[in-house]
Formats: sequence, structure tokens, C-alpha cells
Amino acid sequence: MAEFFAKYAVLLGEGILETLYMTLVPTLFAYLLGLPMGVLLTVTKAGGIRPAPRFNALFGWVVNILRSLPFMILMIFIIPFTRLIAGTSIGATAACVPLTIAAAPFVARMVEQSLEEIDAGVIEAARCMGAADLQIVTRVLLVESVPSLLRGLSISTITLLGYTAITGAVGAGGLGNIAFRFGYQRYQDDVMYVTVALLILLVCVIQAIFNRLASRADKRNR
Amino acid sequence: MIEIKHLTKIFRDASGEVVALRDASAVIGDGDIFGIIGMSGAGKSTLLRCLCLLEEPTEGEVLLDGQSLSSLKGEARRAAHRQMGVVFQGYNLLMQKTVAENVAFPLKLERGYDKAAAAARVAELLELVGLADKAASYPSQLSGGQKQRVAIARALAARPRVLLCDEPTSALDPLTTRAMLRLLKDINAKLGVTIVIITHELAVVRSICNRVTVIDASRFVETGDVYEVFNNPRSEITRMLLGGVLENEQGEREVMQDG
Repeated sequence: MAEFFAKYAVLLGEGILETLYMTLVPTLFAYLLGLPMGVLLTVTKAGGIRPAPRFNALFGWVVNILRSLPFMILMIFIIPFTRLIAGTSIGATAACVPLTIAAAPFVARMVEQSLEEIDAGVIEAARCMGAADLQIVTRVLLVESVPSLLRGLSISTITLLGYTAITGAVGAGGLGNIAFRFGYQRYQDDVMYVTVALLILLVCVIQAIFNRLASRADKRNR
Repeated sequence: MIEIKHLTKIFRDASGEVVALRDASAVIGDGDIFGIIGMSGAGKSTLLRCLCLLEEPTEGEVLLDGQSLSSLKGEARRAAHRQMGVVFQGYNLLMQKTVAENVAFPLKLERGYDKAAAAARVAELLELVGLADKAASYPSQLSGGQKQRVAIARALAARPRVLLCDEPTSALDPLTTRAMLRLLKDINAKLGVTIVIITHELAVVRSICNRVTVIDASRFVETGDVYEVFNNPRSEITRMLLGGVLENEQGEREVMQDG
């Protein structure tokens, strides 16, 4: 046991850091893109605060197409774009580009779902107080949905953590890469088991942190 | 003064059309406490939604001090909204904001929002509705009657000329109802705000309204002074509404005497 960790501690530590890097950075950028996309999907819906059914249908279609591409294919498909943004197509930083692109439409749908939960009556009340459309978005929709948005954020983050195993397998580093190299290519089951345990631990920690944040943010149940 | 002129609202969809209001006309004077009473489905809610600009009338118009509301767009429309405070049946408070933040909400929307002035206004309103000690509470911590009071304070924040109340007492127990009606009467007297109350409860109209319109099957069947209409009911529906009120008689008398 001690011998095992003496041998692999540095490797596994680096793996954890790389995995966190490839999870958190794309999560941030995916929200920068996905949050406005989700707002747009919600407000342009029929019955939304600025209905535009045709645009909504078209935009929803684009989001669905992006979401239906398997991540493995998307990653290869956008290599030229990745090179343009990251300067290279190899390594953890380069992996952040396809991870962001894959997660943004997913985030858009998560955000849309959170905003949908808001009672239409509250939006009407804001309109009756003279709120403009943008004020309704920033002061009602995005405020009332904070607990739900945080819960969505935890799902998005964990989904991205899953994707990093795929980028890892093709050489971007992280725990996925370790599991693939040692567990699959070298038949070193012990390394793979430890890697899997670490991934499970990461998921549990992320989930616990966000659950706590969401319930602390929610003013409805106090 | 609010003039409701030949208001008709028809909802059309694939399965046909529903006439929610047909050729409704009435005048609500400044300082009135105006009751609009009718059974469920009579068209009361549609009328309220037309008054507060949430629905466009199919025909006819609503005039506020001579100005037609249906033609307004953009900033002029938002300014008209601020002339009318609305108290919704379901309160429609922001659940993630404190009582004080909810009341401050309409003030924060205004250009030239002054934080100190708004805080003073919020304190004054919470005092008026008797919730000064609940400023930092969240709506989920309040009772129905307290939420209703927050909704009233919020509706009054931007100093509207008119307060529109949709079934303000239907979810409240008799005691809270009396306190609520007393509060509305108080507001009318102190601030001179015109109050329009949509209700199905005759007791509400009898205890605080000075004028009333009876609405039935999408039409205004009679309009006039409360005393006049209820002592001389000219329509079947008014007689029906009067017939079902005996059990409430006691409570409403007390409110009337308090006022």
C-alpha cells in the first residue's frame, strides 16, 4: 500500500489537478456562453417575455444539433478551431476548447429549465410595476432561479468531469488518461481502481459543495 | 378617473372563441373604492388584466385621466403601469428577496433611483401596512395575510394613482379579511388612492366600496352606488349574490362600524 502510493502519489496528484483544471475552466466558459443562450431560449419562447417563435425554433434546433454530436466526434471535428483558440490541439488547455463547446448547449438547456420554473405571475407582477424586458431578466428571472441554477451547475460540472475522461484517453492528461494508460494499456488494475475511486470522490465532493450552496442560497425553506 | 369604454375581450384559439367580456362600460372616479363583483368565470379577471395592461382588449379601450392605455408603447406604457399598483390574488412576491427588497423593487426600476430615499419610502410603507418588524424576513416566513400586506406595500411604492386588487381576501380567514379591508379603507382615506377591488364576496363590497359594478356572463349588468344597487337590485344575479350573504352579515357590519 505504502509502496504503491510512494510510486504513484505524484502521478495521481497531478492527475487530480489536471482533471479539475479540465473540468472547472470549461465549466466557466460554458456558462459564459450557455447562460445567455438559455436566457435567449426562454425569453423568445411563445408566451415568453419577448416572444420570437421562429428564432426560437431555429435556435433550439442549433442547440439540439450541437448536443446530439457525440463528444468524441465533436472533439476531432473541431481540431482546427481548437488550434486557432489554444494554439495547439494537444494537452489539457487544448482540451478545454471542445469541452466548452460540448458543454455550452447542455448548459443552455439546464439554464432554460431553471428559468422555466419561475411562476409566470411573478413576471406579470414585475411588468405591472413598469419593468422593462431586460430588467425582468436580470431582476426577476436570474434572481428567482438562483437555487435551481446552482443545482444545474452541479450537474453540468459533473457531466464535464465525465467528459474529461474521454479527452484524457486521447492524451490530454488527467485521471482519465491515467486510467486508460495504466488500466487498459498496461493491465495495471490497481492503478485503475484507485483512479476510479478518486473520480467517485471528486463527484461526491462537487455534488456536496453545490448542494450546500444551493440550499443556503434558497430563501424559500427557512 | 378611469373610463372603461365598450370593452370587449375575445380569446380565440383552434377550438373556437371565448367571449370573456362584452361591451363593458363604467366610470371609476378619483378616490372611489370601486367594487367589481361577480361569480367565477364572469369575466372579472379578464377585466382586471385589461385594466392593468396585461391583456389588450379586442374592442373598446380603457382611459386613465383621458388617456387611452391600449395605444401606449415602450416607456409611455411602463409609465402608465407605474400609475397603477396591482395586488394579485397569489401575491406574486419575489421568493428569494426580503420583504424590504420586495417593496423596494418598483423603486429600483425607476430612473434616478435614490437608495436613501427608497429605504425611507420602504420603511414608511411597511409602517403603513403594519409590517415594520418583518423588513428582513423572506416571504416564505410570512402568513397569507402578511404576504398580502407586503403585496399592498409593494403596489403602493411608486405612488400610483390607482390600486387594483384581485380577490384580495379570498384566501384569508374572516379575521384577517376584516383587518385587510380596514387597511385598504385606511389607504384610500390617507393617500387618496383610488381602489378597484375585484371580488366574488358581497361582504367585501358592502363593507368598504362606495361604488360597484355587478358582472355576469361577460357583461356589466348594473353599476352604481353600493347602497343603491344592493337596496334596489335590478338584475337576477344581484339578487342571487344578495341572497347568499346572510351568513356574513355579522362580520361585515362590524367592519363598517369600525370604519
